[in-house]
Amino acid sequence: MSEALGIRRLVLRLSLVVVAMFAFGFALVPIYDVMCQAFGINGKTAGAYSGAQVVDEQRQVRVQFLATNAAGMSWEFRAKADDLLVHPGGSNEMLFVAFNPTDRPMTAQAIPSVAPSKAAAFFHKTECFCFTQQVLQPGERIEMPVRFIVDRDLPADVHHLTLAYTLFDVTARKPPVAQVSQ
Amino acid sequence: MSAVIDTDHKGHGHAGDDHHHGPAKGLMRWVLTTNHKDIGTMYLWFSFAMFLLGGSMAMVIRAELFQPGLQIVQPEFFNQMTTMHGLIMVFGAVMPAFVGLANWMIPLMIGAPDMALPRMNNFSFWLLPAAFGLLVSTLFTAGGGPNFGWTFYAPLSTTYAPESVTFFIFAIHLMGISSIMGAINVVATILNLRAPGMTLMKMPLFVWTWLITAFLLIAVMPVLAGCVTMMLMDIHFGTSFFSAAGGGDPVLFQHVFWFFGHPEVYIMILPAFGAVSSIIPAFARKPLFGYTSMVYATASIAFLSFIVWAHHMFTVGIPLTGELFFMYATLLIAVPTGVKVFNWASTMWRGSMTFETPMLFAVAFVILFTIGGFSGLMLAIAPADFQYHDTYFVVAHFHYVLVPGAIFGIFASAYFWLPKWTGHMYDETLGKLHFWMSFIGMNMAFFPMHFVGLAGMPRRIPDYNMMFANFNMVSSIGAFMFGATQLLFLFIVIKCIRGGKPAAAKPWDGADGLEWTVPSPAPYHTFQTPPEVK
Repeated sequence: MSEALGIRRLVLRLSLVVVAMFAFGFALVPIYDVMCQAFGINGKTAGAYSGAQVVDEQRQVRVQFLATNAAGMSWEFRAKADDLLVHPGGSNEMLFVAFNPTDRPMTAQAIPSVAPSKAAAFFHKTECFCFTQQVLQPGERIEMPVRFIVDRDLPADVHHLTLAYTLFDVTARKPPVAQVSQ
Repeated sequence: MSAVIDTDHKGHGHAGDDHHHGPAKGLMRWVLTTNHKDIGTMYLWFSFAMFLLGGSMAMVIRAELFQPGLQIVQPEFFNQMTTMHGLIMVFGAVMPAFVGLANWMIPLMIGAPDMALPRMNNFSFWLLPAAFGLLVSTLFTAGGGPNFGWTFYAPLSTTYAPESVTFFIFAIHLMGISSIMGAINVVATILNLRAPGMTLMKMPLFVWTWLITAFLLIAVMPVLAGCVTMMLMDIHFGTSFFSAAGGGDPVLFQHVFWFFGHPEVYIMILPAFGAVSSIIPAFARKPLFGYTSMVYATASIAFLSFIVWAHHMFTVGIPLTGELFFMYATLLIAVPTGVKVFNWASTMWRGSMTFETPMLFAVAFVILFTIGGFSGLMLAIAPADFQYHDTYFVVAHFHYVLVPGAIFGIFASAYFWLPKWTGHMYDETLGKLHFWMSFIGMNMAFFPMHFVGLAGMPRRIPDYNMMFANFNMVSSIGAFMFGATQLLFLFIVIKCIRGGKPAAAKPWDGADGLEWTVPSPAPYHTFQTPPEVK
């Protein structure tokens, strides 16, 4: 009978490994986010930044803006200017324009990405339309600001940054009617 | 479960009684059986049926690619064919074939009366027809079957997937449960049911490689289950694991998938390593060279398989340090693999070799698998991979490791142990014909893919540039030849079951192992009394 008990204990342990590995699959989600934050990879910037910096007048960095619609998104979406020359440490603002040409209210979410990815950790947004969702009524047009500071500690070999937004239609997920009525 | 084990114990008490239980009669024998040989047989037949089904899909692909332009199928259907071909071959043909071989051979090799968990064994098998029934049925649904490639990258498999993706997810769940139960069974059998004196380091390498494979399965199949569960939640329950719009990340999908996917490719090759390590010594009439190093090499490959997954993702934009780490870790796998190839070659060195069909397949395995390994090394070089990524070079690489690797390993095993299973010798002439047709067909099909891949032909596309036309035609002819030849294999097996020269208990004079101490065909119950291993 000792053999049978051995098998039972073994199977129990192996089943625990199975459950643990299933959980590990889900644990990869926060691990991935933490790794991306920790190493500043994947072009993800941190959330809203509230620190202050001294402007470095000696240095200039070109920040380029890209606005793209995700597949199936019908809004007009663009930055007011293609790029901006900025001094690290200084506060800057760029306006993005969004227009809903459809005949129904829609909700959109912009997802930012910074390239090169090693610069992402040095790009601080103090205010961004991507922090919230945008609700536009049919035919409505808005101008949306993004305010940002390029960190003084930006690696010296980075002269050119790209801030890219992809606009997703999240109307199905966040129905706009509820937002309008508030 | 305990009831089953109690029965076994009774068997030890008065072994004479067990001669009364032969197999039950009729169809219910196969539905209800808990006998490892019956279940092994069912796994092998199921796998062969899936091999033919997945193979016919490959024939559709090659027929469409016979000439540039669109001739036979629409691109939507072509995408379903590439997807289903991959899924069926990986999960339906190769994996069940090895589980079938494990069922048949592991108890015979370690002197056990049966698998440790016979009822679970039955359930593991019968989940598979359900899983593949579900998967294949999606081809007949209105939106068509899965069309996003066997790697089912999100968002292709979530946001842009056909409705049938939910069936696909449940099918993956069922296959996963089946594999996990099969793996637990293998581990429990090997660790608990070895005959007295059969220490771990005396086990045949097939048993060793399967033990390690089983641990890989237990570690990664749950991650795959988690991955498809996240897809299911994204599609139906409003989560955003892989959807950037909701704060998720499609690249995360690739990390989770390949964390499963890379060990998975070793799951498909390690048992073949083990089988070939039994077959080459038998026909070289020399003991395996470097047994201990083989065991450690297998374990090293299994360990390394967990830390190389991102080499499938060099082009997604991972940081330079990441590319370097995954490149060097991947190149490191060549070391234990080289040890294995060296040992096989050394086993043959100065052996009294004869080239019966199992040996032909085993030698071809060593040579052609090594070619696949070399193209793998080329792909592992991160800066070069940007050129090779998603081209036919990748297709050539993994078909070189899977067809003459996994599948030739399975053919070699089948010919090697067919006399033990059926009690008859197979037709050697036809066996050799099968080998040479497969060998030529397979090389004709896959070798030109290296060239078109290096020249930039993308994979998974039904049409191609005119300049690739000749090589593709050669590939298609080779593929048709390889495909048709497998019907010959079916004929050889059926012929061998129905009759042929009676096989001795040990039909190969150089073979070694406990499985050759029982008569051929192996009786329904073997090793009711454990053998003594010196």
